[in-house]
Amino acid sequence: MTELPEIGAATGVASLAWLLFVLPALGALVLFVTGRRADRWGHWLGVLTVVASFVIGLLIFLETTGLPEAERSRELSLFQWIGVAGLHVDFGLRLDPLSLTFVLLITGVGSLIHIYSTGYMGHDPGRRRFFAQLNLFVAAMLVLVLGNNFVMLYLGWEGVGLASYLLIGFYQDRPSAATAAKKAFIMNRVGDVGLAIAIFLLWTNLGTVQYSEVFERAGELSPGVLVAIAVMLLLGACGKSGQFPLQSWLPDAMEGPTPVSALIHAATMVTAGVYLIARANPIYNLTETGRLVVTLIGVITLLIGAIIGCAYDDIKKVLAYSTVSQIGYMILAVGLGPAGYALGILHLLTHGFFKAGLFLGAGSVMHAMNDNVDMRHYGGLFKHMKITSITFLLGYLALIGFPFLSGYFSKDAIIEAAFAAPGWQGWVFGGAATLAAGLTAFYMTRLVLMTFFGEERWKDLKSADGKDYHPHESPASMTAPMILLAVGSVFAGFLLSNGELLAHWLSPSLGELQEGAHGALPHEVVPWLVVGFSALGVLIAYLVVGRRPTPVERPVKVSWPVRAARKDLYANALNEALFERPGLALTAGFVATDDRGVDGVVNGAGSLLTGSSSVLRRAQTGFVRSYALSMLGGSLLVVAALLAVRFA
Amino acid sequence: MSPTNYLLLSALLFSIGAVGVLVRRNAIVVFMCVELMLNAVNLTLVTFSRMNGGLDGQVMAFFVMVVAAAEVVVGLAIIMSIFRTRRSSSIDDANLLKY
Repeated sequence: MTELPEIGAATGVASLAWLLFVLPALGALVLFVTGRRADRWGHWLGVLTVVASFVIGLLIFLETTGLPEAERSRELSLFQWIGVAGLHVDFGLRLDPLSLTFVLLITGVGSLIHIYSTGYMGHDPGRRRFFAQLNLFVAAMLVLVLGNNFVMLYLGWEGVGLASYLLIGFYQDRPSAATAAKKAFIMNRVGDVGLAIAIFLLWTNLGTVQYSEVFERAGELSPGVLVAIAVMLLLGACGKSGQFPLQSWLPDAMEGPTPVSALIHAATMVTAGVYLIARANPIYNLTETGRLVVTLIGVITLLIGAIIGCAYDDIKKVLAYSTVSQIGYMILAVGLGPAGYALGILHLLTHGFFKAGLFLGAGSVMHAMNDNVDMRHYGGLFKHMKITSITFLLGYLALIGFPFLSGYFSKDAIIEAAFAAPGWQGWVFGGAATLAAGLTAFYMTRLVLMTFFGEERWKDLKSADGKDYHPHESPASMTAPMILLAVGSVFAGFLLSNGELLAHWLSPSLGELQEGAHGALPHEVVPWLVVGFSALGVLIAYLVVGRRPTPVERPVKVSWPVRAARKDLYANALNEALFERPGLALTAGFVATDDRGVDGVVNGAGSLLTGSSSVLRRAQTGFVRSYALSMLGGSLLVVAALLAVRFA
Repeated sequence: MSPTNYLLLSALLFSIGAVGVLVRRNAIVVFMCVELMLNAVNLTLVTFSRMNGGLDGQVMAFFVMVVAAAEVVVGLAIIMSIFRTRRSSSIDDANLLKY
């Protein structure tokens, strides 16, 4: 069992930590409320708030590095949020190494993407609204990672779900965007139920939702409850991070503008699930079954993402499935327990750099190609967009794990830890992860070859609005962030792994990184194996895609694996059959019950009255004599009644 | 002369009047039958006052006569106006309140 750190009070710069999320929240509020008047300067306000948050986060981080290790976990209590009988929820911040790492990631990458968006969204009339929603997202994500109890995490969780819905559906004139936003929100919601149930379980069993108290007393929970909490938290993570079985919203989320895909669906929101599991590590440390479920989900997802990514021609969808797969690696890592928490976070950071860079590069390519996303219409763009191409290629090399770039350190560490798992798990997890690494190399190389090299297929084509394609480099506001992210993609891995720097920094939050017991394969073999598989993937892609001309029209006659992959391995078909159709049938049934049943009863009562009245009114003959007769008969009855009473 | 004879007489008169109201078609004749019923009641009241030895029944008979007079005024006025517009005094013809 790892020792839990002492939680101190936050002083110094850290007492300003509330500004971290308040500034973007205020930015969002101002931009939403001022409306069109802010259209000319709104985006700069949006950039300013996030950059200011980054500066404050950096100052707090630097202050924390100056503290001795035992004092690095601090909490700042702001006010009591909920105080009713038995439930006391604080609105407070936890400033420990894990949350500060995330703060830097969110605000740092966020600032770069905000700056990129000033260029990318330059011609969009809804630019101010975009920045308002993006600021809202940053504020919510910061609340998520900074909260010191599960309910604040849930608040941020819901907030990022809302921001994601707004941003995916940003292009309000496209029905497909609205559908994708709805799908994302609904699938997130399914996951949120899991998180809510986990919080309920924690409260009913421990009476508290505060991290410090829960983690101290997690040992009091019975094994069944621990497994239940672990699985429910995992369900929440699956919803937010797009893991199996809730993965199909992520590729559809590419309907949103590319900066959204870069920030939310690559670097930050989708990593919230990994954060949740890493943060709850004292709970996961106590339940081996729970960890096993997590790793299995991670393994399944990383394979699914890699397989489907090989079959798509839409550049953003390939990157989206790549994200699904890479987060699968992160989930696999945190599922390995103390041997993997820090590795998952390391991969999360390096992935944040290179995937955001790749998405921004894809956005740059789309910008140059009139927003066309079909790679079959690209080709030979390297000489027209040098900066984009070079930064993209650096991100690509990092992703496939080219030796000594950042992905190499993080992905290989995870695969090594996977192989070191006991018994059959080592072979299965390690093998699957290695296979997926090879597939990753294949589909990314295919993407790069189709886009930047080969013949210029767009020369003979016209874009959707009938114009010729004139690919050009993007403006500096877009290329500068891409360059910075590429630098991070190259160096981050080395810097963070060197001497286990990151693992050591995170140990107050995640516990000491344990070396896995020597399992299936010896340590030294694994890097060679992984590089070998990746090289194989690159080679196959070069032979299949690079050497042959790419057809501009999508081939219809393909093998069954490709057909299955094009249909998302039938995930959407399954969702439709299992949930959508029965759901529609259920609502149709309710509507019919309401129309015919409930309305029938009410209308039936009405027509009953009408019918009986039309029968009864026949007594009104208008005939005076019959009225007189009934009056006489009535009075006789009264007299008879009186006499009966009198003589009874 | 026992008072029961008077009561029988007034009962007879009342029934004749009631049957007349139900059976006759001319509105004026119906009215006369109603008057007959009222007078039968007067006779009953006076008889009972004689039987009980008080004057209550006789005073009530005065009331009944006043009411009968007022009622005849109003009723004949209504019949007159119906006759003027409809040219018929048969009560069967005034059946506009039929459903």
